[in-house]
Amino acid sequence: MANKITLNMITQRSIEEGVAMEKGKTTPEYFEACSIIELHDEDIKALGLVPNQLVRVTSECGSVVVKVVKGRQTLYPGLAFIPQGVWANQIVPPRTQATGEPQYSGFPVTVEPVASGERRKSALELVQGAVGMWRGEQ
Amino acid sequence: MPKRIENVGCPYCGVCCDDLVVTVSDDGKKILEVENACAIGNQIYHHATESERVRLPRLRQPDGTYKEISYDEAIDYAARVLYNAKKPLIYGFGSTNCEGMAAAAKVGEKAGAILDNCASICHGSSLLAIFDNGYPSCTLGEVKNRADVILYWGANPAHAHPRHMSRYSIFPRGFFTGKGHKSRKIIVIDPRYTDTARVADIYLQVKQGYDYDLFNAFRTVARGHEIPEEVAGIKREKILEVVEIMKNARFGTIFYGMGLCHTDGRNHNIDIAISLTRDLNDFTKWTIMAMRGHYNITGPNQVWSWQYGFPYCLDLSKRDIAHMNPGETSSIDLAMRGEIDAFFNVATDAGAHFPIEAVKELRKHPWITIDPNICMASEISDLHIPVGIVGVEVPGIVYRMDNVPVQYRKVIDPPEGVISDEELFERIYQRLCELEAEDAAKERVKTTAEGIPAED
Amino acid sequence: MSELLIKNGFVFDPLQGIRGDRMDIAVKDGRIVETSALQHPETIDASGMTVMAGGIDIHSHVVGPKVNVGRLFRPEDKLFKSPLKRCNRMEMGFSVPSTFKAGYDYARMGYVFVNEAAMPPLHSPHVHEEIRDTPIIDNAAMPVFGNNWFTLEYLKNHEIENNAAYTAWLLRATRGFAIKVVNPGGTEAWGWGLNCENVHDPVPYFEITPAEIIAGLIETNEHLGLPHSVHLHCNNLGNPGNYTDTLDSLKLAEGYTPKNNFGREQVLHATHLQFHSYGGDSWGNFESRAPDVIDYVNSHDNITIDIGQVTLDETTTMTADGPFEHHLRALNNLKWANTDVELETAAGVVPYIYSPKVKVCTIQWAVGLELALLSKDLMRTFVSTDHPNAGPFIRYPRVITWLMSRAARDATMKTFKWLERTIDATSIDGIDRELDLYEIAQMTRAGPAKALGISNTYGGLAPGMDADIAIYALNPENMPENPEEIEKALSRCACLLKDGVVTVRDGEVLTEPPKRTVWVDVKVPENAQVQRDIYEHFLRYYSVNLGNYSLFEEHLFNPRVIEVDTTQ
Repeated sequence: MANKITLNMITQRSIEEGVAMEKGKTTPEYFEACSIIELHDEDIKALGLVPNQLVRVTSECGSVVVKVVKGRQTLYPGLAFIPQGVWANQIVPPRTQATGEPQYSGFPVTVEPVASGERRKSALELVQGAVGMWRGEQ
Repeated sequence: MPKRIENVGCPYCGVCCDDLVVTVSDDGKKILEVENACAIGNQIYHHATESERVRLPRLRQPDGTYKEISYDEAIDYAARVLYNAKKPLIYGFGSTNCEGMAAAAKVGEKAGAILDNCASICHGSSLLAIFDNGYPSCTLGEVKNRADVILYWGANPAHAHPRHMSRYSIFPRGFFTGKGHKSRKIIVIDPRYTDTARVADIYLQVKQGYDYDLFNAFRTVARGHEIPEEVAGIKREKILEVVEIMKNARFGTIFYGMGLCHTDGRNHNIDIAISLTRDLNDFTKWTIMAMRGHYNITGPNQVWSWQYGFPYCLDLSKRDIAHMNPGETSSIDLAMRGEIDAFFNVATDAGAHFPIEAVKELRKHPWITIDPNICMASEISDLHIPVGIVGVEVPGIVYRMDNVPVQYRKVIDPPEGVISDEELFERIYQRLCELEAEDAAKERVKTTAEGIPAED
Repeated sequence: MSELLIKNGFVFDPLQGIRGDRMDIAVKDGRIVETSALQHPETIDASGMTVMAGGIDIHSHVVGPKVNVGRLFRPEDKLFKSPLKRCNRMEMGFSVPSTFKAGYDYARMGYVFVNEAAMPPLHSPHVHEEIRDTPIIDNAAMPVFGNNWFTLEYLKNHEIENNAAYTAWLLRATRGFAIKVVNPGGTEAWGWGLNCENVHDPVPYFEITPAEIIAGLIETNEHLGLPHSVHLHCNNLGNPGNYTDTLDSLKLAEGYTPKNNFGREQVLHATHLQFHSYGGDSWGNFESRAPDVIDYVNSHDNITIDIGQVTLDETTTMTADGPFEHHLRALNNLKWANTDVELETAAGVVPYIYSPKVKVCTIQWAVGLELALLSKDLMRTFVSTDHPNAGPFIRYPRVITWLMSRAARDATMKTFKWLERTIDATSIDGIDRELDLYEIAQMTRAGPAKALGISNTYGGLAPGMDADIAIYALNPENMPENPEEIEKALSRCACLLKDGVVTVRDGEVLTEPPKRTVWVDVKVPENAQVQRDIYEHFLRYYSVNLGNYSLFEEHLFNPRVIEVDTTQ
């Protein structure tokens, strides 16, 4: 059992994200649809996790806490998925290979169980926090 | 009596379903029922009247809260920000109509701004490949009427374009495809076994990031050459089988998505997909189509192409001519190089969809959001100007993923006092002209770059 | 009330038979009036200058989806020098200019009316959006019919009345102007990657030949009595030896006479005939057959043509002839865009370089000029470059200069790498004819206006007509020695009046008077079968709903409607 593994990350749309986004990005639905990571069984096992545990995902440019789920749309071992949205974009590298398009898919991340007491942050906390505007839950 | 409105176009994805039936309450204020839409489209209509809408522009106060202001004040503020910025970026436009885009371009040209749209982070790679290699494509009705082989590559319409398969590609019965699904072969290529892959006759699980290699193998086989035993995680026999199906199609279409655009290789993945399509046309009829995301993200590519000759990443700051060079004049790259000194987020949510590093760079300067909804961008803005929702409260022309224009309707009035993107930009334009005139009167005209005369 | 008097110019108006007489033209409230009708006019001194009606372009691809593909996929087309911004909006692009540049450029040349050569009906809202953004010039657009499933089905069964009812419906749905036919049948065959190579090659599945489509549409057109005739892009464009297919197509007009109330005298307009007048059976022995083709046209006065002159530029080809563009892609291996449009048409776009170093290109150059110079009736022979297919429209002044000056032709021919072979393969070197300004006015104003059926409003200077007037700094009694001076004077007119408003002065756009969209509204008897067919086809085969197909009134920009009533 490893306490940290390196995976290849892709971030793309899911229908749950689509529905929730139209309802609003501050809704619980959006939170539940997007603050997750899908992994292959083998990788979940390698981390000694069970579904619904929280993990910290770290890329070359950022880090975010999300919840592990076993996706219905299966991946192969070594490939990880976070739905497009606020949580994914905390770790998406802004490098564009001189095309204008960030590296939304195919970038290395490490995944590890969270330290105790860590929680998933809300969308607002993440985005406003990043630009120094978070004033706590209102 | 509730009113039933037919032929309503859906403002969600590039499928642009125009068969929605929306029932509106007697007073025209509430949407009661939406027929034919997917789960997401449904949500858009209900959200419009069920949620608490922003009805007036909101200006950020020193204590971090928002205060409501009038449209006139907001327009003056926005115009001044543009007027005083050296390199403002006006970005977004995935979710508005073409009339709004044309008006925004007028503003961008007047202000000497960078004008960019969501394609910059979506199908910009496709546009780059189209610049190099062309685009043998068709309208979606052609696919429905003729196609007997459908290939989805790096696209997951089951999630991103929910009615794509039923309206156009896999299931519908067309003129030459009377048996519908039974008359078609479906191939899905994706590193994930997606919900789209579940309906495929053949699924190839390509190794993530190796799409170019696999396309290359397809081309090599189609041209009659040998390939290794395994390419990109796919066995040779499987590749031979698929190429054979493709060559024997009567009419085939490759639909591809973000799986190709967002990963290593970017435009090169699309470029070789187009080359494969060209090659296949030596045997039979093949077409290719980008699965464009938002219902009108194709729109700014069209509008700005006819206005300036460039579909995105337009640098209008040179005053005499427009300049485009993705990588140099693209939003993310400009942001990361710290070149932008004012940001307009229009009909999109850069706060949620840009990498956070880019958001942090842009937020160092004035940030104005123009959008009907509360979103991440609106919640970190200096100014949020609400507008009507196109397709619900504002009519207009939008371009479907196959570049077919679809005329959208309005089904209800916007909340009282809320204006459209088009009107807003027209008024910002007028205000910019006034500011210019005021300055001219004071003989402090901003000097603009002297261009180099062309001929003579 | 605005009054203007254009004094002392040399006036050329073939519609009235005025051949360079010195006279005054009076303008009041946007119309031309008798000089006696003016009281306190402003005057424009045109002495020593040429005065004509505003120019009319009968065939140009300036607005719409394939034009925009050309703009979008050729960023390099913007690397040609763009001018300083002098007008309201930036002007970008060379062979496929932005809408703004197109409007300004036409105005600077003294043109006021441009007929968009091909509108895919499904894309008509796009066409009208671009028309809105094309300043100054009035636009019409021709929907394409030659591969339309309704048309093919009705004509297969020779149901002219049904086809007429459908045609009337589609003209209204798209706010279109006339019946355009592109590679009849061949573009439908392209749906399967095939083509119809001659007029008797049947269309797959539909079991109708191009010949039947052309004849059926001529009958339909005359049944309705539309202002313009059938506007035909023949089968087998661009290939060696195609002149026989062209003659086969033209012969289909025999026996038909025009029936209309618009002064039109032809039943068939054959467009960009240059591309259709080739002999030989390979690129090796490629040669001109322009004399054969124009001889036929000269002796059949129910046909008009435009030349489609090659200008020897790098340009962008674009046509609803999908199989041709695929063929061209294989010839030059450049990038290739294609859009097949459900039930209606297709379009291909490929960049192309007409080089004076390439024999085929210089022969093509000669073919266009031969057609014009061997024509015996310039009221039926019009200037075009099939913009941008044979070259951009901004080269009209150069084309006209070639037509007016043997010296100009010789100077260009001197640049040819294969001059001898070009001379051998064509008759250009044996032609000394030099056209005069009256003939140019026929080819660029009076003729096209008459052929389009709009000569009561455009293309002339008679009282009552729109005050669209171009003044050029050319003295017919003292034409410049140097042909380049002619080109310059025609490129930047001394003055353009559009609807009586001074729009261009000394080649600079001063103002942008409101432009119009011209379309033809045909009233036909109720036709239940056609209504049912339309309903069924939309239900089953189209990808947009019938209720969203016809152009919404709000997207029609400043319309000028020409009404035709067949129920009387």
